[in-house]
Amino acid sequence: MYRYDEFDATIVRERVEQFRGQVTRRLAGELTEDQFRPLRLKNGLYLQLHAYMLRIAVPYGVLNSKQMRKLAHIARRYDRGFGHFTTRQNIQFNWPQLGDVPDILQHLAEVEMHAIQTSGNCIRNVTADQFAGVAADEIEDPRIWAEIVRQWSTFHPEFSYLPRKFKIAVTGAPDDRAAVRVHDIGLRIVQNEAGETGFEVWVGGGLGRTPIIGVAIRKFLPKEHLLSYLEAILRTYNLLGRRDNIYKARIKILVQATGGEKFGQMVEEEWEKIKDGPLHLPQAEIDRIHRYFAPPAYEALPDVDPAFETAKLENPDFARWARVNLVKHKVPGYAIVNASLKPEGGAPGDASADQMDLLADLADKFSLGEVRVTHHQNIVFPNVRKRDLFALWQRLKSARLATSNLGFISDIIACPGLDYCNLANARSIPVAQRLSRHFSDPRKLDEIGDLRLNISGCINACGHHHVGHIGILGVDKQGQEFYQVTVGGSSKDDASLGKIVGAAFSEDDIVPAIDTIINTYLANRTDRSERFLDYVRRAGVDPFKEALYGPAPARRTAAE
Amino acid sequence: MAMASQMITANRLLDGAVVYFTAGKSWSPNFTDGAVWPDKESADAALIESKESVKARIVVEPYLFDVAVTEAGPKPTSARERIRADHKPTFEPDQGSWTGQISG
Repeated sequence: MYRYDEFDATIVRERVEQFRGQVTRRLAGELTEDQFRPLRLKNGLYLQLHAYMLRIAVPYGVLNSKQMRKLAHIARRYDRGFGHFTTRQNIQFNWPQLGDVPDILQHLAEVEMHAIQTSGNCIRNVTADQFAGVAADEIEDPRIWAEIVRQWSTFHPEFSYLPRKFKIAVTGAPDDRAAVRVHDIGLRIVQNEAGETGFEVWVGGGLGRTPIIGVAIRKFLPKEHLLSYLEAILRTYNLLGRRDNIYKARIKILVQATGGEKFGQMVEEEWEKIKDGPLHLPQAEIDRIHRYFAPPAYEALPDVDPAFETAKLENPDFARWARVNLVKHKVPGYAIVNASLKPEGGAPGDASADQMDLLADLADKFSLGEVRVTHHQNIVFPNVRKRDLFALWQRLKSARLATSNLGFISDIIACPGLDYCNLANARSIPVAQRLSRHFSDPRKLDEIGDLRLNISGCINACGHHHVGHIGILGVDKQGQEFYQVTVGGSSKDDASLGKIVGAAFSEDDIVPAIDTIINTYLANRTDRSERFLDYVRRAGVDPFKEALYGPAPARRTAAE
Repeated sequence: MAMASQMITANRLLDGAVVYFTAGKSWSPNFTDGAVWPDKESADAALIESKESVKARIVVEPYLFDVAVTEAGPKPTSARERIRADHKPTFEPDQGSWTGQISG
């Protein structure tokens, strides 16, 4: 993985000392809250419902074991013994004291981590496919490009005060695991007819109160032009994006107002002026970054491991986990392991300090010292020998990290919601907990099959509800929490936004409502090969409306 | 409709903990210590007074919120303020989830 050079180390160290000074001045009364707020936000420090919250960047989701151990230490010493992995591959601590935050940042700097680009109207922490560099279906490793984008974007003077926050995602495989179509800029590594790799560039996607699927403004961008092209997009947005209305300030609104084609032309015009300037990437620089992500020394192993096969035959629980939570590795004899942070009744994405320490130990023992954080709020061991899988599974199981539910209805994405968040209208986590208990039977999960359920506690959509196959949005109705349900969303190559099924459900009614939706699907699908999403696309919303609210005439009468 | 009674809350500067403005012009983490203002005039005046604590670096961002006055005492009318008054998430602690003592 990438290691800091002297420049990286210096700017992070200086940033810690700057923030230490700012906190000292705030506590001494030399800065007012109005003056201090933008400074703390630029260091990832929010003020939430019950306490401060510190959001720490995990660039493109990659962590080494030393960094994970440091997060465990911070959780134990400065927080309440746990952290929350987020949908942007970051981690949040929910209870830090203001005076401790500079020390926390210093601890992070010691392991090449920080909280820069986790808040404010800047280019945020870049996200990427969690299986980068190891997936069997990958065209090219997106981490190299995510790192190049990180270096270009950090403290970029022209883009430190954008109209609004700006999120970039990179994926390197045809199977989009980074949700690039719902990002401000989404980069897909593609191959052209000549066999060269480059980028398909998507802009103007996003969720929040105005969910929009982005548009592809360039089908193939040669790699050496990546930064100049991104600069052209950002410059066009920075000049023309609205600053008069926070709800109209994201690039998606500008792209919609301008038209995708016209916006693309404006970017191309700007790009022509700068494409051969200082941002042109020399091959030597690409190669330099590439070397940080050189494949580790894999052992030459047969792809079929007899011990692994035997363990599966002897232990059905292990066999099920292996079937559900493993992903094909590009190297024979190895597997990609997904450790679920969604145990039955758990808070999605939460991990205790003890669990973090265990994940670090297991990374060292079984995965060449590295883990990944996924935007689905799980943890990945990218490099595990198949012969080690049974031992790894046993250790994970002992810490409730081996739930076999990857990609199933209980693998829920959930924002912190009204249990923590200042912006939320309703709680997310308790709904996720009840759903995961309701849908805990493995046979039921298998019967339902591939189903993504995402929950957001407010319209800002941190829980990505618009792109869940089933989405749940918490709303406030006169001081009471209600939940609006959508069906048919997807964040993948076939990206789509969910459609609302009808009136929102109360806290008591939301789990039965989801159960009704699932039963409607199971009763009406053509066969098991028709996934929930396929069924919604074929049948539309009406069967769910009817099952939830009664036949159409009755609904009309009730409305009248 | 008659205006609801109101209370004043803020977050403490040092740790962000939820606090309530009391009749004695101080701050308490206990919801039940918070003073209730029955009308807009008294609530607005108290809010101005409470902001002295912002200058004194005790709290940040004080604001008024609605409460229903019942025989058992005042109750927040919003889910948000009901949760804040408890100083913790509403779900039970789990192995991988929140633990520890509530600051007070």
